[in-house]
Formats: sequence, structure tokens, C-alpha cells
Amino acid sequence: MRKVLMGNHCAAVAAALAKVDVVSAYPITPQTQSVELLAEMEASGRFKGRFMRVESEHSAMAELLGAATAGARTFTSTSSQGLAYMHELLHWVSGARLPVVMVEVNRALAAPWNLWADQTDSLSQRDTGWMQFYCSDNQEILDTVLLAYRIAEQAAIPAMVVFDGFVLSHTYEAVDVPAQEDVDRFLPPYQPRQQLDVKRPLAFGSLTGPRDYIRLRRRLDGDLRRSIELVERAGREFERIFGRRYGLWEEYRCEDAEALLVASGAPGSTAKEAVDALRARGRRAGLLRLRAFRPFPAEALRRFVKAQTPLAVVDRNCSPGTGGIFFQEIKAALYPHPAPPPVYGFIAGLGGGDITQELLEEIWLEAADKRAEPGAARVEPVWMEDPR
Amino acid sequence: MVEIRFHGRGGQGTVLAAKILAEAVLRFGQAECLAMPEFGVERRGAPVTAYARVSKGKIRLRTRIYEPDVVVILDPTIGQSAEIAKGLKPSGLVLINTEHSAQEAAAAWSEARVICVPARAIALSLGLGSAASPIVNTAVCGALAAVTGLADSAALEAAIRASVPEKPEQNVEAARRAYEYCRETNHAAA
Amino acid sequence: MPRLEDEAPGTPNVIVSDRSMAENLTGNWRNLRPIIDPARCTGCLICWKFCPEACVELTQKVPLIHMEYCKGCGVCVEECPPACIEFQPEDAS
Repeated sequence: MRKVLMGNHCAAVAAALAKVDVVSAYPITPQTQSVELLAEMEASGRFKGRFMRVESEHSAMAELLGAATAGARTFTSTSSQGLAYMHELLHWVSGARLPVVMVEVNRALAAPWNLWADQTDSLSQRDTGWMQFYCSDNQEILDTVLLAYRIAEQAAIPAMVVFDGFVLSHTYEAVDVPAQEDVDRFLPPYQPRQQLDVKRPLAFGSLTGPRDYIRLRRRLDGDLRRSIELVERAGREFERIFGRRYGLWEEYRCEDAEALLVASGAPGSTAKEAVDALRARGRRAGLLRLRAFRPFPAEALRRFVKAQTPLAVVDRNCSPGTGGIFFQEIKAALYPHPAPPPVYGFIAGLGGGDITQELLEEIWLEAADKRAEPGAARVEPVWMEDPR
Repeated sequence: MVEIRFHGRGGQGTVLAAKILAEAVLRFGQAECLAMPEFGVERRGAPVTAYARVSKGKIRLRTRIYEPDVVVILDPTIGQSAEIAKGLKPSGLVLINTEHSAQEAAAAWSEARVICVPARAIALSLGLGSAASPIVNTAVCGALAAVTGLADSAALEAAIRASVPEKPEQNVEAARRAYEYCRETNHAAA
Repeated sequence: MPRLEDEAPGTPNVIVSDRSMAENLTGNWRNLRPIIDPARCTGCLICWKFCPEACVELTQKVPLIHMEYCKGCGVCVEECPPACIEFQPEDAS
């Protein structure tokens, strides 16, 4: 059934459809409504799981560590400072191989104080061993939460579903809310491989020596790499039931392109308009919209790129001293390529600046017409802004 | 694509007006709508902006609106500052909540077509909000539907019932009165 | 030789223990032994409350410190209000 929903409500509706057993969360702008709606649904009996109220994000993730160890399907959501506060527990959860699913609404980190969209919060959790999927419209938020449970439980690796604060979280649009029986077909009940059971006591996560520790880390590294296949397979299964297809990325008018925009999140939607506008002016533009950041589709990217087709990577994030994080990842992925394309990095929209169609057209032209100095641009980002 | 920018004050239901439009467009069944608030730090009384795009196909632009086709002013005390009119297309439309006549209001807006609706008077006559803070969003949505044809009154009424937190009948009636008012004045003008 | 060998698919991805924590005898970490002077002990139970190893057992009057678990950290010695707990070297007596 089609309903007008804000992005945050799409996340909550998806968690309820996934029949989550335990939600534990602490509210923070711009994520608030995603847990507010679940709390309301619990109070009115529409959500049958348990909503656990906690005093901080650190405690929220600690609750889910316990609940997931006991075999529960779990959900939380956070943003920015809350995610940073949760950081320690993110490592605990991935190390314990628990398929917690978290919605992460991108918001800039202080100082100075800022409420608006910026991916540096989620991307700075890159090394926690969580999967990360970036969404570009409200339908994709709802669908990706369902996909995330399927993939996370198969891989025994937690997953973040990430989208832009306000631009998606607070934007209303019509989305198709799937029927419960279809969701049940796609997402069977969670079957933990082992769980806390008072009748058969076990100790989890206790002191481990280096011989075991390095092997556990290697298994997590390998399983996260191999989860690429699970992402693709889950996307195909999802399409069979719901008719919508999601993969590691989305290609838009790439076949004959002179240069490609590479974007993620909401700007990945606006970028399609930029591509069409450039095409209408006779320029062969294309777009690669990244969805999966972890697992990172490095091998597929090496097969996909062409030496003559520059990439213009748009980053709404910054790792100070090295620049855009997608830019860094893409360059690292292309290092083994025998003839890699020029890769240009553009930083835009930090702290909620608008990444407009016109700005994206300019960014594409910078790369396509090699206005950005090729040598320098491969190392240093170009900072861009729509002055309006 | 029709691009609409709403200007109001915190507490008047400006963001909800954009959401009601999206609900009405969905029920009308002829187009897609994306409603997006411009969020600052939310405070009652502070100027608030919201945006809506309506289009036949999927809406992919997820940005603020810089060159609107329609500017909707929920609070006349926000005035006709350059900020409010900024970027309005030459053929654009200004819909104002005011008791003044369109001729009087039009003087302040040289190029644009101006439509006035006494949304404040309609809201207060139905007990929506207080004189200091009337809730004008549903009346304004009625006027907007009438002048743009983006939804009919049946779709709008269903959208309002699904969206307002209280007084659904009074809100539906406010929209209906504003809808009729604008249809009549439009006919008179034409 | 220095390379980690490949592992069979399905190798457990976490390590759990079904052995009781009661087996984890930490008393051999200790080089000073806390001794309670029963004559001065008031039975206030501050030692029981503060013991980070939870190895002080409640009794009718004078608490009992389980030496198989006591690490000899000295928190009880420091906190005892009437100062009736004294550290003695392990090899004394």
C-alpha cells in the first residue's frame, strides 16, 4: 500500500515489519522520529517487540549486545554525536558477530555545533567491522532495513542503514509499504547459531590470547569481504518478492559516458537530474551511485571502470588531512588496476550545504573537461559550493 | 514539475501544510509529491520554510527550491521581503493569507500573480488556534488546491483527516471554505 | 611458515567457553594477604561491598575472605572504617 512517509518513519515501519524483538535507542536530532514512532507503536500494541529506554547511546548498543547474544532480532538508530558515543560498543557487537541492524541518520559532528547532513559520522565508523548501506530515497530506506536484516543474519555481521539528515529523514514522499506476509517470506525468523541460554551457560567474549584473536579478526575480515555475494543474492531475492532491485551500486546512463559522477545518499538521486541535463546539452554524462560502502565492491569497481572515463567522486564528508573518504576508498580499490581512470575528488555539502543539480553538473564538468588539474586532483580534493 | 515554497512561522503548521499537500497529491492519483522542510533549530514564532515538488514522474531532485513556481505565505507579517520573493519565476504565483484584496496585495508584488485568501479569519471562525497564533495551514492548503488544481477537494479532505492531530472536521471545513473562496474569486478575476 | 593457514568454511566465528568462571582461581595473583582482626571488626560489611573480586562472604559477624579468589588488591585494607584489616606477606607464618 502506498503511503506518504518521512524517511525516519520508513525506518521505523521497516523495523516493525521485520518483527524486531528488542529496540533500544536514545533520541537525537535528526533521527528522533525513527524511534519515537516505534515507541508509539509499542504503546498502542502495533509493535509487539520490546522498547527499552536507556540513558545514552552507549547503553542502547550495550542493551542490544546483550539482547542479540540472547538470540533476539534487534534494532536501534542514532546520529552524529550519539554514534560517536556508541563507538566502543560497535566493536563489541561486530566482534561478537551479532547481526544488529542500526539506522544511522547522517549529521555533522561538533565542534562547532551543527544539525545537518554530513557523512563523516558514519564513515568515521569505517573500521568497526559493520556493514554500511547508503540510501537515496525513502523507499530505499524502508527496503534497505529489510535487506540489512537478511544480509546481517546470514553473514553474522551487524549492519548500518545510512541516509541524509533532514534531506531524507524529514522529507515526506509516497512509499510502497509491503504486506506483512511478503516481508515474512523474505525475512524468516532469526536463527542464531548459538545464544545465551540459562539452561546451558556459556561465557561470551572473554579474554582471548593473540593466537585466537588474530584468527577471529581474519574470519571477520574474510566474511565481510565475502558478504558482497550475500548483498547481491539478497537483492535478487528481494526483487522476486517486491519487484524492486538493489545491488552494491546503481548505474545510471553509464554505457557511453565521457565521465562519471560517483555519489551516495540523497545527492545520488539529484545527480540523475544533473546527468539528464548534461545529456540534453549534448554531453555524455553518467552516474555511479554507491550503496554499499562496507562491504566495499572493490573488485567489481576494477572490472567496471574504463581508462578513458574519469570519475568525479562527490564526498559529503571529510577525513581531515586526507580528504573525501569515498575518494580514498575508490583510489585504493583501483590501485591494482593496470590502466586506472583519472579519479577526481570533490568535497561539497559539509554540515548540510545543498548539493544541487547545478553544483553536480559543475563537478562533472570539472572532471570531464579536466579543469581540475589531473595530477593534483588525484591527491587533493577540490572543495565546491553552490553559492545560493 | 511544480515547485512550491511555503513561508510561515514556527507553530503555524507550515511543514504540515507541505505534508498535507503530499498526502492530497497521492490520493488525487495524478502525480508524485515530495515535501521537504527547511529545518533550523525549531522555535515557535521563528520564520519557517518548507518546500514541495509535484511532478508526473518520480521526483529525483532532493534539494531546496531556489526558483519556485508558487510562493505560499502563511503569515502575512513575514511581509513581502526580498527573501520571500527570491527566485520566484516571472510567471509565478503568490498565495497570501491576508484579509486584503488581491489588488491591494498585488501592489507589493510587481510581476507575480497574487491570490489572497483570508485563511486567518477562516481558521479563527472555526476555532483553529488563537488570535495570537491561528492555525492556518489547512485553509491555506484548500486555497492552494483550488488555484493550482494539484488535488481536488475530496483528495484534500482525506489528506487532512489523515494528517491533522486534532479537530479534523473543523480543519476539513477550513480547507473547504478556502477552496470555495478561491474558486469564486478566481472566476471573478477571470 | 609465518602465513596463517586457510581455515575450513564454517570455522566458528566466536569463541565461547562452557567452563564456569568459578574455575578461574585468581588467588595465585596475590602476594599480600588481607587478614581481618575479629576483635576490632564491627561487621559493617564495607569490605564486602567494595571487594572488586566479590570474594568476601557474609557471615554472622566477621566476614570471610575467600583466598582462592582474593587477588590481594588491598581495597578492603584501605577502606575498612576501623582499620582492622591488615596486609601480611604471603610467606609470613
